[in-house]
Amino acid sequence: MKLRRIGRVLEWAIELVIRSCGVASVVFVILILAFLLRNALPAFNSVSLGEALGGRLWRPTSNPPQFGFLPLILGSALVTVGSLLISVPIGIGAAVFLAEVAPRRVREIAKPIVELLGAVPSVVFGFVGLMLVGAWIQRASRAAGDALPGPDWLKTALNMPSSMAAITGAVLLALMTLPTIVSIAEDALDSVPERFRQGSLALGATRWQTIRGVTIPAARSGIMASVMLGVGRAVGETMTVLMVTGNAAVVPSLTTGLFRPVRTMTATIAAEMGETAHQTPHFHVLFLLGLLLFLITFCVNTTADIITHRGRHEH
Amino acid sequence: MSTSTLPRAEAWPSTPSARRARRVQAVAFVALGASALAIMVPAVLFVGFVVVRGASAINWEFITAMPRDNMRAGGIMPAIVGSLYLVVVTMALATPVGILAAVYLSEYARKGPLVRAIRVAILNLAGVPSIVYGLFGMGLFVMVVMPQVLRLTRGGGESGKSACLLAAAATMAVLILPIVIATTEEALRQVPQGLRAASLALGATRWQTIWRVVIPNALPGILTGLVLAVGRAAGETAPILLTGAFFWMSHLPRPAEALLEPFMALPFHLFTVSTQMPDAPEKLRWGTALVLIIMVVGANSIGIVIRSWLRTRRKV
Repeated sequence: MKLRRIGRVLEWAIELVIRSCGVASVVFVILILAFLLRNALPAFNSVSLGEALGGRLWRPTSNPPQFGFLPLILGSALVTVGSLLISVPIGIGAAVFLAEVAPRRVREIAKPIVELLGAVPSVVFGFVGLMLVGAWIQRASRAAGDALPGPDWLKTALNMPSSMAAITGAVLLALMTLPTIVSIAEDALDSVPERFRQGSLALGATRWQTIRGVTIPAARSGIMASVMLGVGRAVGETMTVLMVTGNAAVVPSLTTGLFRPVRTMTATIAAEMGETAHQTPHFHVLFLLGLLLFLITFCVNTTADIITHRGRHEH
Repeated sequence: MSTSTLPRAEAWPSTPSARRARRVQAVAFVALGASALAIMVPAVLFVGFVVVRGASAINWEFITAMPRDNMRAGGIMPAIVGSLYLVVVTMALATPVGILAAVYLSEYARKGPLVRAIRVAILNLAGVPSIVYGLFGMGLFVMVVMPQVLRLTRGGGESGKSACLLAAAATMAVLILPIVIATTEEALRQVPQGLRAASLALGATRWQTIWRVVIPNALPGILTGLVLAVGRAAGETAPILLTGAFFWMSHLPRPAEALLEPFMALPFHLFTVSTQMPDAPEKLRWGTALVLIIMVVGANSIGIVIRSWLRTRRKV
């Protein structure tokens, strides 16, 4: 009897440990939010929320310092949108190709290559961008500017003064987010029931008409979720953009901005936090920037999750 | 899923509209194939460049020597060893919590608001930007937890810093937690329900069933997830930037004190020699990049191979 009681207590204790590990992820999300808030809120002693979000000048070390987030927010937005313009069409196209068109052998070769690309650390992307890709993009852009009979502003834009620019970051980010988009969109296409395709083909549609009219619409929510997760990854990417976008904290120009140096929110934290004394206004403002980043990615990822769950009820 | 059982396009009638549809399909398929190539070719080129340029830099001295001339010559031994230490401590912290969390989700939890909250939390942990993990680790571990730890262990020596290997590993452990949980849960769910029922019917308790039956059967899948997490922990830079990575150490980490000291790590070393030292020799940079890729991609390839092997075995 006694032994059984000890066993029961042990079982109860183990279950308690398991339950607390189970909620650990919730605890960590709350801890992240709490410690960002704890170090970010004192920032409002030196800058108001309006001044921070609407300020056009980021000069944290001038006297008096100016903590305008606008150049950084727009820098992040420019690089993210630029990368999505490349990665979304290519990513979805490749996912459709791998899931619906490619023969099995091609698929078996292609998938590990995509996963391998996803495994390359971001600092290596930044490094190769710094050493090679940036210069290639600058040369290509200048050649295009010389060859194209475009308007003057386009020629000015394409004449990149430096290889470190928003577009360099966008191209590398596209390459980094592609594995995320491809694998999740492909999973979504894979989970479309086979009878949907067969029904369409039996009605006389070609394979392409079936893909466009039946398979893609049926996998719509998963494909949208893959794009959202790609957005989250692109907004939050740090080392690559820090190394290749030139880090000029200026509000990007509407016409030439893509081809000029910019600076993102992530890169600003990474570049400046190491050299900032603790508990200074600059320190707290950088945490505020981190809090803003956290909230943006939280919204993006939760939206992706909601889209996925809504999609699951459709089939 | 296979498309081979479906009728081929040639079976369609050859009316003008059918011919047009087939032409459109050919164009569309070429475009789709081109987008797949637009990933494959840069991916292969990318890794290829690092391999070709880095290979000439790698030799025995590069791997096993300390840096010389302010890191402009010599080897990268302390960065390699530092990364290994970081990975080991990170995994030691994340593995038990991650596996037990997955056990909870797969074996104990019932559908409800709590499970929903846990899933949203895991998803968001996976999406938190790496530099935000750095801020979090700095705010919690470096500024709050480690000073306490150091005060308690002050007898151990004067070299302890609050930005140290332990703080960085704790930060990295939170970062890889969602990977460990997701892959482990998938592996646990693959274990047939009948095995659990048989064990329970023989009088085993729930935990005995999990420990003796479920986890051993899911072990290969769990290991795959752990290996993928190792790859991630070895490659991340931003989280350790603010929590303990140091650009230069005069000595290799010593097991007794390493936990409470700053450390060198490969990704941070690559960042330093390529952005903070304009006159560092290119060979040294490419070599560092190649060693890092070998470590990270090596770990991932092992994981991918085990996983695809498991998947084919399951289908048979």
